[in-house]
Parts: sequence; C-alpha cells; structure tokens
Amino acid sequence: MNFGLTETQQTIRSSARQFLAAECPMAEVRRLAETETVYDAGLWSKFAAQGWTGIIFPEEYDGLGLGMLEMAATLEEMGRALVPGPFISTVLLAGTLLDRAGSDQHKQKYLSAICRGEARSTVALLERSASWDLDAVHLEARGISDAFELSGEKLFVPDAAIADFLLVVARLAGDLAVFLVPAATPGLEVIATPALDITRRLYQVSFAQVVVPTENLLCRGERAREALESALEVACLGTVAEMVGGIQSLLDLTVAYAKTRKQFGRPIGSFQAVQHQCADMLVLLEGSRSALYYAAWMLGENDPGARTAVSVAKAYASEAYRDAGNKSIQVQGGMGFTWENDAHLYYRRAKASEIAFGDATFHRERIAQMLIDRGLPKSRLGVAAD
Amino acid sequence: MDLSLTPQETQFRDALRAWLAVSVPRDWEQHRLHDSMQERFQFLRAWQKRVFEAGWAGVAWPKEYGGRGAGLMEQVIFTQEMAAAGAPPLANILGLALIGPTIIAFGTEAQKKRYLPNILSADEIWCQGFSEPNAGSDLAALRTDARLAGDHFVVNGQKIWNSYGWAADWCALVTRSDPNSQKHQGLTYLLVDMKSPGVEVRPLRQLTGESEFTELFFRDVRVPAENVLGAVGNGWNVALGTLAHERATLGVSAQAAVRRQIEGLIDLSRDIPRNGRRAADEPLVRQKLAQSYIENEVLRLNQMRALSKIIQTGAPGPEGSILKIGFSESNQRFQAAAQEILGPYAQLTGASELAIDNGAWSYSYLRSRGNTIEAGTSEIQRNIIGQHVLGLPKSY
Repeated sequence: MNFGLTETQQTIRSSARQFLAAECPMAEVRRLAETETVYDAGLWSKFAAQGWTGIIFPEEYDGLGLGMLEMAATLEEMGRALVPGPFISTVLLAGTLLDRAGSDQHKQKYLSAICRGEARSTVALLERSASWDLDAVHLEARGISDAFELSGEKLFVPDAAIADFLLVVARLAGDLAVFLVPAATPGLEVIATPALDITRRLYQVSFAQVVVPTENLLCRGERAREALESALEVACLGTVAEMVGGIQSLLDLTVAYAKTRKQFGRPIGSFQAVQHQCADMLVLLEGSRSALYYAAWMLGENDPGARTAVSVAKAYASEAYRDAGNKSIQVQGGMGFTWENDAHLYYRRAKASEIAFGDATFHRERIAQMLIDRGLPKSRLGVAAD
Repeated sequence: MDLSLTPQETQFRDALRAWLAVSVPRDWEQHRLHDSMQERFQFLRAWQKRVFEAGWAGVAWPKEYGGRGAGLMEQVIFTQEMAAAGAPPLANILGLALIGPTIIAFGTEAQKKRYLPNILSADEIWCQGFSEPNAGSDLAALRTDARLAGDHFVVNGQKIWNSYGWAADWCALVTRSDPNSQKHQGLTYLLVDMKSPGVEVRPLRQLTGESEFTELFFRDVRVPAENVLGAVGNGWNVALGTLAHERATLGVSAQAAVRRQIEGLIDLSRDIPRNGRRAADEPLVRQKLAQSYIENEVLRLNQMRALSKIIQTGAPGPEGSILKIGFSESNQRFQAAAQEILGPYAQLTGASELAIDNGAWSYSYLRSRGNTIEAGTSEIQRNIIGQHVLGLPKSY
C-alpha cells in the first residue's frame, strides 16, 4: 500500500509550485482580480506549454494523458497560489464533457483546441432553480429545419465572457441534451453577475432563439447524463484539490504570523488559544487531503465507490476550507480583516468553492442516498473491502 | 498512490477470512451484552488464546517471539477483518498495542523471549502505570520513586487511571529513579510483576458505573534491576515510544467499531417513526447519518495514510495526535447524533426490557465522554500539534 503521492506525482506537484511562484505570484493574482474577466492570455499559454490544459486527456487529442492524482497534485498547487481564471471551467468541466460525450470529430476540433491552449470554454448548467440536480434542467431546445433552437436562461455560468464556445445543457423533447454554442452566435447574451470570489467570474447567459447547427448536438439522453455526471465528478475533484491547496496556504500564512506577531511580550503563537486554532487548521487540512487522494484514486480506478468518495471529499473540504478561513482571519486579528492581507482572498474563494458542484448539505444527501437507500458502498482497504 | 493488495496480502486476508468464518464464537453477542466485566474478560482471554494458537496473534511481531512475522499491512488487514467478521476483541489489548511493541523496540533479547509470547497468548495480561494523581497531562511531573538497592529497585508511589489494572499480571511502570532529577530526566521504565508484595490494586469507579480503571499503590515493592526496559534514566523516551504507538494503532479497531455502530444506526433508522415517516427518510436524520459516515471515513483515510507513512519510514510521528482528535471528537458527535435519532428509547439502560440493543447506545454515549480525556486530552493533542508539528513556541 502506498497512500499518498508517488515520487513522480510529488515531482509534478513541486514543479507546479515552483512554476506558479514565478509566474503567478500573489501580486499577479491581485492584478488579475482587478481586470474584467480575470483572464490573462500570456499566463494561459504558459499553462498550455506546461501541458496543463490537456493534463488528463488522450495524447491523440494533444493531451498529456495523465491520471486523476497527477491532476489533483497540480490543482492543489493552483489552489494554493489562488490561480485566477477559467481552468476548471475550460479544462475539467468542458474538456471532460467533450472527452466523454463528443464524437471523434468534435474532439479533434474542440478538445484538441482546449488541450493546445487555443480555446476557452465552459459548461452552462444551472438555471433559476440553482440546483445541481440534472433533473432541474429545463432550458428548451427544439428541432427546426436542419438546426436546433435554444431558448431560456442559464445562471452561475463560470467564465462565460471569455469562452470561445459554451457547452449548454438543455432539454430536447424531454431528453437531457448538450449543445456546443459558439460565443458569437446571435441571440446569445452574457451578463456578469459579480460575486464574492474576486478571482473567478460568474455570468448570466440568456438564449433568445439561439440557432445551432445539427452537428453541434454533442449528446442526448442517457449518454448525456453519464457524460455530465462524469464531468461534474472530475470538476468536483479538481475543486477539492484546489481547496486543499487553499487550506494549506491559509495554514502557512497563519502559522507564520503567529510565530512573529508579539503581544504581551511574547509571540501570540505561544498562547494555547492561538495554538489550538492552528492545530485545528492542520486537522482540517490533513482530513481534506486524505479524502482528496482517496477520491482521486477511486475515480482513476473507475471504482463503483468513486462517487461516494468524491462526495465525502467535497462535503468535508467544503466546511474545512471555510472554517480554516475563519480561523486564519481570527488569529490574525485586525490585520486579518484588512484588504491588504491575503486571507480574505482565500476566504472568498472558499465560499465559491463550497458552492461549486454542490455544498456539504448537497453531498451529504448524495451520500445518504447511497448509504441508506442503496446500502453501504464498499471501501478500498476498509472494513469489508472487496 | 496504490491501494491494491499484493498477492501475499490477498492470500493472508483470504486465509484469515476462512479461519474467522469457522472460528468466531457465535455466543459473543450474548457475552458482550450480559456478562459482568470480569466474566467478559475471561471470555475474551480464552478467545485470544485460540487466536494465538491458530497463529493469528502478533501478526507483525517477529516469529521467534511467537508472532507471525508479517508486515504492518497484514496487521491492519487483521484488525479490519476481525471487525468485519464481528469477532470479539482480544483481551490483552494494552500488551498487544502498546507494551509489546515497546518491548520489541527497547527490550533486551532475554526480555523479548520472556515477555512477548505470554502477551500474545494472553497468559500474562498487562496494564500501564503512567499517570499519577499529580501527574496527568503533565506526565513528566511524575514522582513514583524507584531507588536502586543492589540488584533491585525499591518502588514507592501511586498510579491512577490504569485500564485493566484489576486483570493485570504485569505493569509497565514509569518511575523517577533519580530523586534529584526534574521533568523528563531521571525517569526509568520498569516491568513490574503485579503479584509482588506491596502492590495494591483499588478499583476506580467511573461515570458509566463500571470500574474499567484502577488506582495502583506501591509500598516498598522490590523490582529486579533486570526488569528495566531501555536504560536507567531513559524512561521518558521509552514511554514516548509507547504513547506514539497508542495513538497510531489503537485507532484502527476503534474506527472500525464506530463504523459498525453507524451501520447499526442506519438499520434502526428504517424502523423508527419520525414526523409521520421513517427516520431514514427524514432529511435531518439523513444529514446526520451521512455526516457520521463522512467523519468516520475521513478518520479511516487519515489512519491509512499515517500507517502508509509508518510502513515507509518505520516510525509513528506526532501526526498521531490528528488521529486521536479525529476519533475521540467524531465519536462524541456520532453518539450525540445517535441519541437524537433513536429518541427517548436511547436513554434506557440494559436494565430495561424496552432498551434498544440491550442498552448499548446509552452506554456508548456515556463512555464516549472519556474519549477526549484518556490517552492524552484533546488539549494536550492540540499542544503537541502546535508545538511539535507546526513549530509554534512552547506555552509551558
């Protein structure tokens, strides 16, 4: 048994850390946060040069062909550095959806473009109901002569303003269906919806009789459901990896502060009331990290228990990241509450990440369905393992 | 990351599974629920003897001392399979989990030959003499006096919170052998025969009503000098080795036991009516059951990760404190959730015919209160993390 990253995976993580320290330091994060789309073409092409934009996709589509743990190790560092921009939306969400649902032609044209760093994309899923449940999708698609027409509205769409094409989840004659809609299509309107996380952007996207050609129907029915579930699992896992990196960063900056800040003539880190908050942050971090690596392994192995493992990781990390943010700001006192201190940037990201792909309550219900309604999932190397 | 078992580990698991299928005593549940503590202990002692005779005790201990000579991974598989099969625990738990490994690490060849086989066979039951009335969290303040007089030590003092003190044949006793020493210096770890003249055992009744613990009194007790474990004056390091094992290994069976309780609670929730439907269909109940599962699963994964680190580096680290906090605090939350989900029946003790599971839930609720105190309080665990893992300045 080896529960943890292999040497190669550790190398991937440490080189990502070095790369991001040089290319995306906190000053750059803050600069991008002030821009309209938090997207920087130069930074993106550097990611592409690292192979990150195709990290988990087959080499035949210009991907790197790496696994879930390599992805998680990389995303952990992105989360630690608080990398702004459309990585999860383009690569993990849209990329995985194309990989699982697209025809070879679709992949040659669109997935390869994502892998090479030439295209940005996103998935438009949520609507007014703000539900992550695929049954809540109502945006209407109907067949017209030699084309489809989409009408309705999507909310909370990440990075829609810089997407070259959107993957839109719609309802086609009762079926779930995914359409590829180029950004310049008439009738498509993208409106920013400013939110807490200033390093990521969310949009409202409306479709006024948007016409897309027949070949832009990516998939429908059961195939669409499976592909979407798969893309959401991968994006959820990547988000948890970012969250683990974020908690690590909060712990590091908080401990550094507690060691140097003096009150009553002593470093505040020598007081147990402060020590215990830092200790709790480590407990939250290590639990999140164990759950992350396990979920990545299970997902990579296509294990039937992967879905539960991802939900355990997302539910735990969702509360852990928020709680770590609370503790970090509390330990740093007034300084922690200032704009100049980095803690609030993580605190904001923690909230957005908690919501993305379902919060702890959502995932607990998902676990309850598997635990109570369908019987306990078997765990690898656990009680009653295989 | 690789969680697959090697062919060797799979073979070990399958052989163990086959043995457990025909060997787990069917009447364990009856003994568990109805025996007195002493009767139950005798039952578990006989069970451990059978496990030993079949070659399954001390899975990771060297063969020459009665163990199986396998790896730590097999030890983990053993613990998990025992839990999965609903097998009774082994009686000599402190000897197996703490004192045996410490003897393996610090003992002389003669000591290993003398003590280890009898720990495995449960012929000699062990307890620990660490805490004192004035040395609890501040263990290094201990004052039990050991004076060398020729070929033996003369021991005087008092110990407290000794689990299994009432059943023990031997005691792993930490003493102050240099009366002029302070704190961690001048301590000596002694292996003391509980039948020695001058040893008195008094039961200590805890809030559950049971007397799992004892107080031990030592009055001019003679302990042969050859019974020093490690070197004279090095007792602190030997004791720390024991404590690290305690945090790293005891958790696996504790986690598995809670997982079985969670499964039991899920089953019960299907039959309990709540707000006009089954409790299992009530959203708040579902949230609590799922949260219990999440916390137990994260504990299991933290343990696997820590064990993987021990397998690779050979030693448990201070990260064991994360596991101790994880187990104790999640178990308290789970027991509170179970009380709530089971409703008014949950408070009934085994003395009531109406009690669920013969009062097991009211007992485990009370018993879990001790989890954040025994084996190092949560406060001490957080100090250890703050000072020894995060490198924060010492507070005392």
